[in-house]
Amino acid sequence: MSQISKPKLAVWKFASCDGCQLSLLDCEDDLLAVSQEIEIAHFPEASRAVMKGPYDLSLVEGSITTPHDAERIHKIRRSSKYLITIGACATAGGIQALRNFKDVNEFISIVYATPSFIDTLQKSTPISDHIKVDFELRGCPIDKGQLIEVICAFLKGRKPNTPAHSTCIECKRRGTVCVMVAQGKMCMGPVTHAGCGALCPSYNRGCYGCFGPQETTNTGSLSAQLKKMGANDDEIVRTFRGFNAYAEPFRRESELHDKKNN
Amino acid sequence: MNAPVIIDRDGLNRLISVLVGMGFQVVGPTVRDEAIVYEPLDSIKDLPEGFTDEQDGGIYRLKKRTDKALFGYSVGPHSWKKFLHPPERRLWGAEADGSDFEIKPEKLESPKFAFLGVRACEMHAIAIQDKVFINGKYVDPVYQVRRENAFFIAVNCGQAGGTCFCVSMNTGPNIEEGFDLALTEILDEDHHHFVVEVGSQQGANCLAQLTHRQARSEEVEAAKNIVAQTAQQMGRTLNTTDIKELLYENLEHPRWDEIAERCLSCANCTMVCPTCFCSTVEDVTDITGMHAERWQKWDSCFTMDFTYLHGGEVRASTKSRYRQWLTHKLASWQDQFGSSGCVGCGRCITWCPPAIDFTEEVLQIRDSATQLSEPT
Ligand code: SF4
Ligand code: SF4
Ligand code: SF4
Ligand code: SF4
Repeated sequence: MSQISKPKLAVWKFASCDGCQLSLLDCEDDLLAVSQEIEIAHFPEASRAVMKGPYDLSLVEGSITTPHDAERIHKIRRSSKYLITIGACATAGGIQALRNFKDVNEFISIVYATPSFIDTLQKSTPISDHIKVDFELRGCPIDKGQLIEVICAFLKGRKPNTPAHSTCIECKRRGTVCVMVAQGKMCMGPVTHAGCGALCPSYNRGCYGCFGPQETTNTGSLSAQLKKMGANDDEIVRTFRGFNAYAEPFRRESELHDKKNN
Repeated sequence: MNAPVIIDRDGLNRLISVLVGMGFQVVGPTVRDEAIVYEPLDSIKDLPEGFTDEQDGGIYRLKKRTDKALFGYSVGPHSWKKFLHPPERRLWGAEADGSDFEIKPEKLESPKFAFLGVRACEMHAIAIQDKVFINGKYVDPVYQVRRENAFFIAVNCGQAGGTCFCVSMNTGPNIEEGFDLALTEILDEDHHHFVVEVGSQQGANCLAQLTHRQARSEEVEAAKNIVAQTAQQMGRTLNTTDIKELLYENLEHPRWDEIAERCLSCANCTMVCPTCFCSTVEDVTDITGMHAERWQKWDSCFTMDFTYLHGGEVRASTKSRYRQWLTHKLASWQDQFGSSGCVGCGRCITWCPPAIDFTEEVLQIRDSATQLSEPT
């Protein structure tokens, strides 16, 4: 493939920890292969050499939390042919969306010496609340194998293999013993989107729900089971209020158990 | 075949080395992460000596026994299908050279497994998967070679688990056929030995290399009594009378909606079921696009992709997916393969996180269906 015909890739950051972008740097040999096929045109985390748009593929990390960012994302959309959001912040509002359940002005007055310097929105929201997104890649952080898969699929014009079924399927395929059934530990696996390969249960921990809701969540039934196992409402609220707290099914479920609302 | 014989613990240990010497990888029950799973074994030291399990809907607990039994538990989260029908495997690769491409077939490995500790329900489950993978029009070569190479050391259950119902399904607990050797563990104050039945020439050849003696008639009798006792302890029962008709006539029963409120569509039931055989294929390419692979992975009728045709899913509701699973196991399997698709192992009950109980659901449908049809 000649230099000229290479598609241009841009990586953008909004409110986030940079972990998902780092997954791309973490791809090592695969990243070299990626750079053979794609012009890495805008990736400040990796290189200060920045090429002008438009871009063929934009990867967007982070959530929208300020009026400035709410503007900026529209500009990025306009200069991107294909736009993919990566990670729990960009796809669900991230851990910072915990503020959505409280009054943000209260935080500002407690935390900052001069609250008037702070210009922020009431809520942390996913990118898809603001613009049209072509594909969402889940995870906190995203799985680097899945990221490469999504880029390959984009290059070849095919659908990426990122199944939306439960994490339990991955857990069982790798032969892990279910921590919920065998040890009575709370696990979000049954309501969580696959993608990590069911990492936590393989280390004897319940799933934290990093990949957000699976395609058909029944959060009410999981809560009922967690209660049977001895969890109280506060624990259920905390279980659903993780990195994907503001993803619709998780948000609804935690609010049902939040005493503040009842 | 031959008359039953007796081997002791050393004999069983020796059997493992004999099989290893014959080129088998011996796999069987062992304790890992608070459960009894099936994994490679080096000696009887790897077996769950002195362990048992307590099982109920959504609950499995590993417990200590007061004795040193080696097989004093029922089936756990794994089944032998993970060896015969691997959860993930590459089917083929392809290399492009710019103008054309070449298919690289996957080399057909032929591992030789010796399965130690196969229960009656599991022997039946394997016979059912044989129908699916090798006795029909389309043969799965990976399953076929693994199946044909396998050596079976079956074990008669000395106790039933809390979710077992093999008696209802006519699949146990007595081992009937298909084995190379079948053991019954006898453990009392003075003895710890195994009554061994021989089911094949290869089984007889192995046995010939172990210290053994003819079983006395009272020992054979004692073994029979153990299995008869187990049959009395079933944790669950399922009335299978006209079950196909019952389910086909009740496809709109309100119970299905009630189940859908509890079902998580997590697919654990299908993953642990020893007869479930569905898989999906995934095509992957690398960055250059010069190399592609096709992978086969265990799939489940509980996923949306499973029935995705252009435009949408055929079974979009949880109700329709659970109904598909249960009616396939107990009814349409009969039309498709000439037998039930359920062997009563109870795994789908134990490993369902919200404890949905297959037998209880059928009972509820049967009870209210009868009420509906009985004149008042
Ligand atoms: S450990 Fe969690 S993810 Fe794994 S099967 Fe159990 S509930 Fe599902
Ligand atoms: S279902 Fe029957 S054969 Fe299977 S483990 Fe239970 S008692 Fe044994
Ligand atoms: S349906 Fe349930 S009880 Fe029947 S064979 Fe499958 S896992 Fe065992
Ligand atoms: S029946 Fe149980 S194990 Fe099966 S999908 Fe529903 S909740 Fe999961």
